[in-house]
Amino acid sequence: MPKQTFILNGEKVTIDVEDDVRLLWVLRDLLGVTGPKYGCGINVCKACTSHINGKAFNPCATPVGDLKADDEVTTIEGLADTAPGPGLHPMQKAWIDRDVAQCGYCQPGQIMEAVALVRRLKKEGRALRDSDFDTIRNICRCGTYTRIREAIEQGAKNM
Amino acid sequence: MTTPTVESAAQEQEPGGVPRRRFIGYVLAGTTLAVAADLSLGESRALAAIPSGPQIADAYDLEDLQTDAALPTAQLISITITKKGIAEFEFPRAEVGQGIITSTTMIIAEELDLPMRRVKVTLAPARPELLLNQLTGGSNTTFSTYTPIRVAAAIARQQLLEAAAIEFGTTADRLVTVAGVVRDPLTGQSRSYGDLAVGAASQVVKAVEVALRPEKKFKVIGKPHSRLDAEDAVTGKKRFTTDLQVPGALPTMVCRAPQHQGTPKKLRNKAKILKMPGVTHVAQVPTGIAVRAKTFGQCIDAVRAMDVEWNAGPADGESDKTVLAKLRAAEFPLAVPATPLTQTVDVDVAFAFRSSAALETYSAIADVRADSAEIWAGLKVPILAQQNIAQMAGLQQDQVKVHVITSGGSFGHKLFSDHALEAATISKAMGVPVKLMWHRADEPRQGRLHPMATSRVRASILAGQVISFEQRHTSVVTDFSHGLGEILTSTADSLPTGLGGYGFSQSIFLLTQQLPYNFGVVTQLLNETDSNYRTGSMRNIYSPDVAVAAELAIDQIAEKLKVDPVQFRLDHLKDERVKKVLQTVAKKGRWGRKLPKGMAQGIAVHKEYKGCSAVLVEIDCRPQTVKRDLGPETVTGPRVTKAHIAIDPGLVINPRGLEAQMQGGFMDGLALTLTSSCHLRDGKFLEASWDNYFYTRQWNVPPEVKVHIVDSGSSTPGGAGEAAVGTTAAAVACAYARATGSIPEMFPINHDHISFKPKTFIPPIPQSPTNGLKTAR
Repeated sequence: MPKQTFILNGEKVTIDVEDDVRLLWVLRDLLGVTGPKYGCGINVCKACTSHINGKAFNPCATPVGDLKADDEVTTIEGLADTAPGPGLHPMQKAWIDRDVAQCGYCQPGQIMEAVALVRRLKKEGRALRDSDFDTIRNICRCGTYTRIREAIEQGAKNM
Repeated sequence: MTTPTVESAAQEQEPGGVPRRRFIGYVLAGTTLAVAADLSLGESRALAAIPSGPQIADAYDLEDLQTDAALPTAQLISITITKKGIAEFEFPRAEVGQGIITSTTMIIAEELDLPMRRVKVTLAPARPELLLNQLTGGSNTTFSTYTPIRVAAAIARQQLLEAAAIEFGTTADRLVTVAGVVRDPLTGQSRSYGDLAVGAASQVVKAVEVALRPEKKFKVIGKPHSRLDAEDAVTGKKRFTTDLQVPGALPTMVCRAPQHQGTPKKLRNKAKILKMPGVTHVAQVPTGIAVRAKTFGQCIDAVRAMDVEWNAGPADGESDKTVLAKLRAAEFPLAVPATPLTQTVDVDVAFAFRSSAALETYSAIADVRADSAEIWAGLKVPILAQQNIAQMAGLQQDQVKVHVITSGGSFGHKLFSDHALEAATISKAMGVPVKLMWHRADEPRQGRLHPMATSRVRASILAGQVISFEQRHTSVVTDFSHGLGEILTSTADSLPTGLGGYGFSQSIFLLTQQLPYNFGVVTQLLNETDSNYRTGSMRNIYSPDVAVAAELAIDQIAEKLKVDPVQFRLDHLKDERVKKVLQTVAKKGRWGRKLPKGMAQGIAVHKEYKGCSAVLVEIDCRPQTVKRDLGPETVTGPRVTKAHIAIDPGLVINPRGLEAQMQGGFMDGLALTLTSSCHLRDGKFLEASWDNYFYTRQWNVPPEVKVHIVDSGSSTPGGAGEAAVGTTAAAVACAYARATGSIPEMFPINHDHISFKPKTFIPPIPQSPTNGLKTAR
């Protein structure tokens, strides 16, 4: 069985698993990293959204064999460590301040998408616009969307 | 334990002359302080005959039914104070995101005078002795448990005071409690609750009397509080069923029939499937062919590789059109004839099937052995799951342990134990523990659906007055086998008069419908037909559909009488509380303001759950908005640009949680009217994922959403979880009708246009894509 090596939340991991198994199952079923959630398995609900080398991506649509040994995968569990200083990431803090979560199932994916969105804006050198919310595909079946918008606005200011 | 007789609550005069109710509760025998209270301590109600004027739900509604059902066994709701000074409470309800752990912690902290961090509320496992008092639904949790939990907490505080009084050599009335400490203000002596917990314990069960903290002294209840699991939710620490690690419980999925409720005849290539990477077991069960593997990804591969011979489902050959025709044929006639003197308003609308699935798909862990079974799942009626699993596995009920796990949403879906029973059936068939997870595609196709329905309204107007308002709601059969059925049967003797002659569903209908208007002769009746579908209620039973038809009709009447819709409602509403929420949204949302052609406001009210709500929206139906193109897999259409929601839920426990429930209910109502539905074609439901079941997404969300909490001074909390759904669905429908000048025949409004290519039926689930790195952004 092939050995898969990549960097997960700052630590090198190596695991024996077939190339075509999607990363979501490697994380959840084999490594016990359960922050990224299953909601569709076809890259539409975005509940598993995590980061690869700082960009948002969906492990449910990524064969683990596609990863290179130096690819850095960050899940919600590792997000806080990517921000300077101790404690939570500014986006996580904003989520708590706005009391965004209800059931909480989609929120790891929502937060990872929000952080990537703000990083994209920084790269483009522009401020958050209302139309940027239209680009967020993450579903929240509890309907926390309004508070997600407020939290992103707050988190963007502090990132 | 026998049930002690409970005396009716006595009244006593407070020094100020205000009568304060006293309640009886119990100190339980134990090594540390344990107290209990009886659920019969809810608000008293008159159960006299219902006069002909009000509808049944005005005086006695579904909340009362569920609360009364909880009476006989509720002394078993108990709070324990540990030696560390922690108040522990195992709550016999399910947390599915609605925030009841947080609000219940607030209630206990308030009455016990203990910081919230020292109150630990957990979810109780299935407790068969609770009978019907372990059902989470109908927005009933806080209404039914508020007083008993307060009584238990108040008794605990009283016992701690008395234990301290003995230690200090004084009397309890000279002592005070502050944040988990009993103090003697005269001597300065103090003891923590933890220090007193053992001394306050009792060796025997004894009944004691207690008064509750006056509402004007509340320090916790009524103040906004964030969810207790907020940090766990944003750090990935919050555990849902599939996140649990139960030894040996490997990922398991089921290959299901293409048709709704189709069943397997035979797996033709079992040997091949067993040889696939990661696969450990394959078993045929009544619902399909189950496979257990090292990862869910390998389960998906195996399900897709299965060659299965299927039996047709019960809806073989049926489509939306044939179901609708059956509903039409089953409609009760409207009784009031049109006469030359009267004007009539007719509204006739239909509602498509909708999926109540949450984002967390049905999932359950099961370990069924020869002499025991253990289950982990999100369950709102765990006792019924326990009964069904015991029966399936040939075990005694007490040999089945059912753990209630916090759910990734419910919306009525987890009232049923389909997932737990299926997992147990598979575990028994395979002889190993399993972690069952439904594929997303399984949910709209085989999961619980909100039934298709029609709703007809006819109002008669004579000389400018509405003299009759008839509503005939006709629905595909709603399945109540999750426990409400048992509640109604067991409570039948104590139901108010007027329900005797009705069947079960009709009774539920009458217990939930309260048309809040003075419209002369009002009749709202339900008829059901067609039980070929796996149905359930979706964040409300009948109310959203009934409210949409009724409020559309009310707008039509107002137009016919040339009266402003808000003024017309105010002129005819019976209840001051409903008028107040309506006036609130009309004012805050600037009712009547001028809007461009193609945009309109809509407004609606709804009364249920011991409270009422009003919603005002503005909708944009202009072509440039309706045709917004946001790329593949997105549905845009008319956009609601502004929403004001006013809620009077009675006593507010946690305004922050209430606001969240209103926003969430709004997003559901929005989807019901504009975007989300399931299409039936030849016994198969076409939808299979979120890219074709169009629940509200960010691009559908109004940029402006405001929630207004209206205080009616009530001392009783009502229900919040479902309150905004029907009101929103109706307000959006009214706005759409006003913007476009026409009432749609079918809801949601986009149902007749299928904008997607249905996903594969054989195999029944799609393969995961491989473009994850390419689509990184």
